[in-house]
Amino acid sequence: MKSLVDPRSGPVTPGVLSQSERVLRDAFLADIDRIPGASRLRHCIQCGTCTASCPVSFAMDLNPRQVIAMFRAGAIEDLLKSRTIWVCASCYQCTMRCPADISVTELLYAFKRMAIDQGIFPPKFPVHVLAETFVDVVAKYGRNFETGLIVRYFLRTRPLGLLRRRREGLALLRHGRLPMRPRRIEGLTDFRKIIAKAETFDLPQEEVEQERITDTVGYAAIGR
Amino acid sequence: MRYTYYPGCSLHATGVAYDKSIRAVFDRLGAELVELDDWNCCGATAYMSVRKTVAYAISARNLALAAKVGDDVVAPCSACYYVLNRTREALGEQPELRANVGAALAEAGLELGLDTPVRHPLEVLLSDIGVDRIVAAQTHSIAEFRPACYYGCQIVRPYPALDEDPELPTAMERLFTALGATPVDYPPKVRCCGGMLVATFPEVARQLSEELLGWAQERGANCIVTVCPLCQANLDLLNVGHQKNGSPAQIPVLYFTQLIGLALGCSPKEVGVQHGLAPVTIEVPPLPVTTGRN
Repeated sequence: MKSLVDPRSGPVTPGVLSQSERVLRDAFLADIDRIPGASRLRHCIQCGTCTASCPVSFAMDLNPRQVIAMFRAGAIEDLLKSRTIWVCASCYQCTMRCPADISVTELLYAFKRMAIDQGIFPPKFPVHVLAETFVDVVAKYGRNFETGLIVRYFLRTRPLGLLRRRREGLALLRHGRLPMRPRRIEGLTDFRKIIAKAETFDLPQEEVEQERITDTVGYAAIGR
Repeated sequence: MRYTYYPGCSLHATGVAYDKSIRAVFDRLGAELVELDDWNCCGATAYMSVRKTVAYAISARNLALAAKVGDDVVAPCSACYYVLNRTREALGEQPELRANVGAALAEAGLELGLDTPVRHPLEVLLSDIGVDRIVAAQTHSIAEFRPACYYGCQIVRPYPALDEDPELPTAMERLFTALGATPVDYPPKVRCCGGMLVATFPEVARQLSEELLGWAQERGANCIVTVCPLCQANLDLLNVGHQKNGSPAQIPVLYFTQLIGLALGCSPKEVGVQHGLAPVTIEVPPLPVTTGRN
């Protein structure tokens, strides 16, 4: 397990939350409070059923049981820097089996949102970009455009990955499974109004206007 | 019987064979699928990682449109099935979220609609039409098929679509046995295929998918049958580049609707078999007319 050290203020004093940890915890509690059953977190008995049930715990640096332990110990920043929250594939096996009825998967979603909001990620770690790119694509067309999503994701994160996986892409293309053109929904204007309004409940007011992402990769780069 | 069909984005791309086969099967069985007019992306699981209220709001737009029609929604993609049901549940339970999403929908002149059930086609076929009627409509033999029936995650967790043990469902096995096929014992039937990790942690996803494939081959399956476009794609992609010496043999990965469709006399093309990355060489001969199942 990682040591409980705050990079800005040094070692954590037992029983006292660091400044940054306090900010994160407040933000997290405000979010988690709205998840039904979040109060059951305190019922975790650290039995490890979540970890044992998780098909990807082998690829995590912190296993799901440790995530809950670290949250309760006040180490959210360390959590946000772990691969774990991004490795979760949302299979819900832990949630299904937890004897304390804790929705571990939902917890990890709350941590993901917080990581994106606070900009805290493991070093050299582009995985959250997939979620962000997905959101951009859907806002643009109203639907996911799988071909565009994958191309754009790899261009933003690891262009070489596209080359390495070209055979898979070509196989799908040859079998008529990668349309080259996105389908837009007709009610796109209304759809964007819904998003804009809903965003105001998720973001502090002053940030709402700055959320538009403009970049020269993805569609712009491939002339689409 | 009429249903509101919510295909979801994947069924217009990597899952095109699912779209073709579900339409063909429902048509043969006399159940009408009416595509939801101007549906949008359900938000999948990725949206939930970024903006919570927005994620619920865009999902709720589909529910609002479906409520105006009033028929049960059929969502073939496991992720769509799960996300739409999760939206119904969350908005039902959380007044503040419901009010916010309602306000967002009002911007587009829509009203919340949470009462329309969202169902998976496997459950619809079994509950509303039933194994007996499907068997009665059978015209072709699928006796040569030894499918590994794979359910994956999100139709059994966290909102079980089937009225049976979510750790060990047997709905597909029962259906395909009744249709004359020989499903193999397949213990990892509800294990995760890796889902979107295929893009973000490809090595992790590949390990999960390869284990699923290995189990199927070990048990003597000659195809894998799935209920989700992402499961199908992840497993099917293992067929790419696997003809070299030393690699496991290719194994067709079908949608359950494709196999039902073949049994009901649909042509392979009609149910989109040509979109699979491994060729299907298993024979589907017509049943003798005189001894046809009834």
